[in-house]
Amino acid sequence: MSTLGAFRKKPDDMGLLGKIGFYFILILGALASVFPFYWMFVVASNDKGAVFHVPPLLTLGDQFIDNFKRVLEKSDFFQAIGNSLFVSSMVTISVVFFCTLAGYAFAKYEFPFKNILFYFVIATLFVPQQLGVLPTYVIMAKLHWIDSFKALIVPAMVNAFGIFWMRQYISTAVHTELIEAGRIDGGGHFRIFWNIAIPVITPAMATLGILNFMTVWNDFFWPLVVLKSREHYTIQIALQQLFTTRDGIDYGMIMSATFTATLPLLVVFLLFSRWVIAGLTSGAIKS
Amino acid sequence: MAQPVLISPHAESKRPFLTEQRRSRITAYTFISPFFILFSIFGLYPIFFTIYLSFFKWDAMGPMKFVGMKNYELITSDPTFWISFSNTLIMGVMGTIPQIILALLLAVLLQSGMTRFKKTFRVLFFMPNITSIVAVTLVFSTLFGNNGMINWMLNGLGLESMAFNSGWWGVKIAISTMVMWRWTGYNAIIFLSGLQSIPTDLYEAARIDGANRRQQFTFITLPLLKPFIVFVTLISTIGALQLFTEPYVFLGQSGTGSTRQEGVTMVTYLYSEAFRNGFFGTAAATAVMLFLVTIIFSVINMLVSSRMGGDTGGRKK
Repeated sequence: MSTLGAFRKKPDDMGLLGKIGFYFILILGALASVFPFYWMFVVASNDKGAVFHVPPLLTLGDQFIDNFKRVLEKSDFFQAIGNSLFVSSMVTISVVFFCTLAGYAFAKYEFPFKNILFYFVIATLFVPQQLGVLPTYVIMAKLHWIDSFKALIVPAMVNAFGIFWMRQYISTAVHTELIEAGRIDGGGHFRIFWNIAIPVITPAMATLGILNFMTVWNDFFWPLVVLKSREHYTIQIALQQLFTTRDGIDYGMIMSATFTATLPLLVVFLLFSRWVIAGLTSGAIKS
Repeated sequence: MAQPVLISPHAESKRPFLTEQRRSRITAYTFISPFFILFSIFGLYPIFFTIYLSFFKWDAMGPMKFVGMKNYELITSDPTFWISFSNTLIMGVMGTIPQIILALLLAVLLQSGMTRFKKTFRVLFFMPNITSIVAVTLVFSTLFGNNGMINWMLNGLGLESMAFNSGWWGVKIAISTMVMWRWTGYNAIIFLSGLQSIPTDLYEAARIDGANRRQQFTFITLPLLKPFIVFVTLISTIGALQLFTEPYVFLGQSGTGSTRQEGVTMVTYLYSEAFRNGFFGTAAATAVMLFLVTIIFSVINMLVSSRMGGDTGGRKK
């Protein structure tokens, strides 16, 4: 069917060779994306020497539990997971709430300077976080928030990306007539937001929530700056600490910790991937 | 309109102070205020304070001492600063450009109508992005180890092993690979959503005119994808300039931090100036320099992209 002759006639059909090449690249890309996850578990489930085995070891072993026991000796692993869970949840709840409110206002209200304020929100996306990191640290010191979760939670409670993204969704998904009808029936502004808008936009809120949760869970720079004591470490700092132990690097132990720390996010992502990706693509710029 | 409240504080008279319009304006401002309040405290104020701070000598505790341009002189006469500067640019180029080309390739392949398992591929390509950079770095530091898998593969191809964790280029290749691994799929998905917004009748019309795949790509796909390419390039460039976690974790095995010359970046330099050495003034000056570089690159980005040709697809004649 798709011989080279056919390729000549119909410039669009790429032929069998083309198709093979095409899937070859896609599969290669997929393998490259997934392999490190598999490798993480290979190292985590084999004994210490496995990392530098020649030729590379590619099969799973049965040492995972032993490796993980050493993680528990060397770090407060579950404490760190708990800390991350707490910080990420608090930030996420707050981000979803405040970004939805702000996005709703930008999408459905008319007020002076609306566009300027919105462009300002967008512009803040382009300011590097590091530019303000020193004074923010000083503020935290003044507030006595160093080494406290407040330093991680409060500055992150609302963000520009979330506002931008909720606005995009709300301006198409929530019909202005519904809001007006609610007003005529005498509903307060917040009540209408809560009872009419929220039910329509829960998918967008959920996606923002998941994306944001992952971002906070994976953050490293700021927790590294403000967290000082071991019992406050988030999981990323705890992982990095395992890596800096001076008495030789125990890769089996490190990877079992890394894998265990990655697993929950991986499961959540695979369960909700459709939402996350659809959300992400609809949140991307549309001209 | 502006009926003063003082005159009729009690009355439900003809014109209440809170008209419907005012009430809704106040509501809107209230709804958006959390962002502006938090951003003023933790965004705007710190930016100006950083600029101010860059003219002072300060260890974050004692009194601040005005030193003028001294901090800028100090960092620009520090070879490590310039190494961090060039490292940031080199790794930025190495991580960003191949990443965007690859992402574009993957997106175009995924978009072409006949791809089966499109959704599965999308999920798989996106997976690297959900992992923490710390985890990514740990995994790749085993793959890039002296006897690690990458060197084993190089040897298999008849090439010499590379010192990925200590060589000048080795470290840069390893770090750029981590960045690429994490972001290529993400960008491919952004590009894919761009491709999906291009109307299919354009391609049909082109096909009727006898355009082949490559012509369709250069004259339809590229020009119409331009806003997405500009966006992704801008975001990736800004991200590349802020490179921190990968070099910090990858080179920090011994716990000594990561101002190692092969991999020091502007942000690791800033971090160690401030939080290791306690020089907040020079760190602030570094932050300001970083910001200037970011602005310069963003502007270059805009200029290049406005030159890139619009709907005429004026790439070649």
